[in-house]
Amino acid sequence: MSAMLEVRNATVTFPRPAADGGRLTAVGGATFALQAGEILGLVGESGCGKSSLGRAILGLVPLAAGEIRWRGRRIDTVPREAFRPLRRELQLVFQDPAASFDPRMTIAESVAEPLRALVPQLSAPDRAARVEAILGEVGLAVELAARYPHQLSGGQLQRAGIARALIVDPAFLVCDEPVSALDVSVQGQIVNLLARIRRERGLACLFISHNLAVVAHLAERILVMHRGRIIEDGLRDEILQAPRHPYTRTLLDSVLAVEPVAARRLIAARPSSRDAVAAPELTP
Amino acid sequence: MTGSLWSEVRAALARDRLAITCGAILAVLALAAIAGPSLLDYREDEIDWSHMAAPPFEAAGHWLGTDRLGRDLLVRTLYGLRVSLAIALAATFVSLVIGVAWGAFAGYWRGRTDALMMRFVDVLYALPQVFFVIILTVVFGRGPLTILAAIGAFGWLTMARIVRGQALALRERDFIEAAVVGGAGTARIIARHIVPNLLGPVIVYATLSLPQAILLESFLNFLGIGVQELLASLSNLIADGAAEMETAPWMLAVPATCLMLVVFCINFLGDSLRDALDPRER
Repeated sequence: MSAMLEVRNATVTFPRPAADGGRLTAVGGATFALQAGEILGLVGESGCGKSSLGRAILGLVPLAAGEIRWRGRRIDTVPREAFRPLRRELQLVFQDPAASFDPRMTIAESVAEPLRALVPQLSAPDRAARVEAILGEVGLAVELAARYPHQLSGGQLQRAGIARALIVDPAFLVCDEPVSALDVSVQGQIVNLLARIRRERGLACLFISHNLAVVAHLAERILVMHRGRIIEDGLRDEILQAPRHPYTRTLLDSVLAVEPVAARRLIAARPSSRDAVAAPELTP
Repeated sequence: MTGSLWSEVRAALARDRLAITCGAILAVLALAAIAGPSLLDYREDEIDWSHMAAPPFEAAGHWLGTDRLGRDLLVRTLYGLRVSLAIALAATFVSLVIGVAWGAFAGYWRGRTDALMMRFVDVLYALPQVFFVIILTVVFGRGPLTILAAIGAFGWLTMARIVRGQALALRERDFIEAAVVGGAGTARIIARHIVPNLLGPVIVYATLSLPQAILLESFLNFLGIGVQELLASLSNLIADGAAEMETAPWMLAVPATCLMLVVFCINFLGDSLRDALDPRER
């Protein structure tokens, strides 16, 4: 069986700020595959290229080398306009919900936008009904739909962001640090929401985060990225228990050292102690 | 669509007494310019042989006096105001439409297209405007349309630069990328996301360019290439009045006061608008 999403030797470069003609390699030859319905975690420190990789999959930044295949078809060479039909299947949840909503549009308008553009045959009442349904699914009160982004809290906005990504009923979702801009108290709610939606919809998901604890909570398989390279690719339990790369060990240690609460969850997520602690559900 | 913007601006302006006063004065003047002449007893080119160069409040019906030919000064001033305002509004509208479209596309597309479009703007900037206007009037005659074309042809340049700068900054914002991921095309992104979000500075600049257009028109008049005699603008009347300053000072005072009032009020209103919009600009 071939994978739903295949990334082979994906390389993303950016022009160096100093105009010496050189290029900065953000992602250097990333290779991985993702099955339908699978949730894959991608961890690494900020600036390691994980966001660039996610954006490359969505056709937002060009590849310098390598290829990306979606259901067997190459999509990295598809020009921007022709990429549109693919956006019904591949969607994105942004890191900063406050920045990812047009301040001049109501939440309902923003959430409806992908429908308007990608499913133009839908009538206005049908569209409104879909918006209402999806807002209900992400737990956003209907009366918030008429509000503007600055009138909503970060958590509410991120729910709307998830609704906007889900409204076209995609098969694959890139979550680019979806909780790192949120209050700690809200992070758990959003993570649980994503976990529930993924379960209910059987959605495949690339969950990008610098927080190993969050990733470990959601993903069965984890990729660890360091300086633009994927240095580890394995099942969660393997990585948590027996990290092969020294960087992964550093990452694990830093979670233990800096975030005691997250560390406890992480320990709970480790198979050895998981039997003792019941299903590690993040509490809101 | 831009409800939150307008409600906030309205609330900020409602607290601003100066803005309310200026807005009210402008509204009264504009109304008078539109409806006034038909309500008064005299037509703008009607000569009252018995009251030539009459000072204000002396001759019956000529509240602000008459000029050397016995034409009612109030009617002529209102007519002039109408012409001046029409030229200013039309020129600003032209610069608004061309400038916003030009700047938004250049800023959104970036790269070579942007460079080409903005170099074109630079070339026009480098042309001496007065020289260009003189050529225009020689070719097309001294009509209000020529003046309008002359002011409009240059007015949009600054607008295009302002809008392009804003668009360049806006296109990097997350919500533009969100629209791309949502499948929105270039036209929709520019019309629904870029333009509404740069409307603040655009409105302010448009407001401030209104008096610029009025003053530019009077400058052209001063050079003798403005609107022609029968279709007098405010600055025509001021030029006429300046010639009679010693014998009939009201001929200068009345249109000059009117012009100053209009320019003052629009400038103050523009300043208030900018202040009202500023807190949002993060």
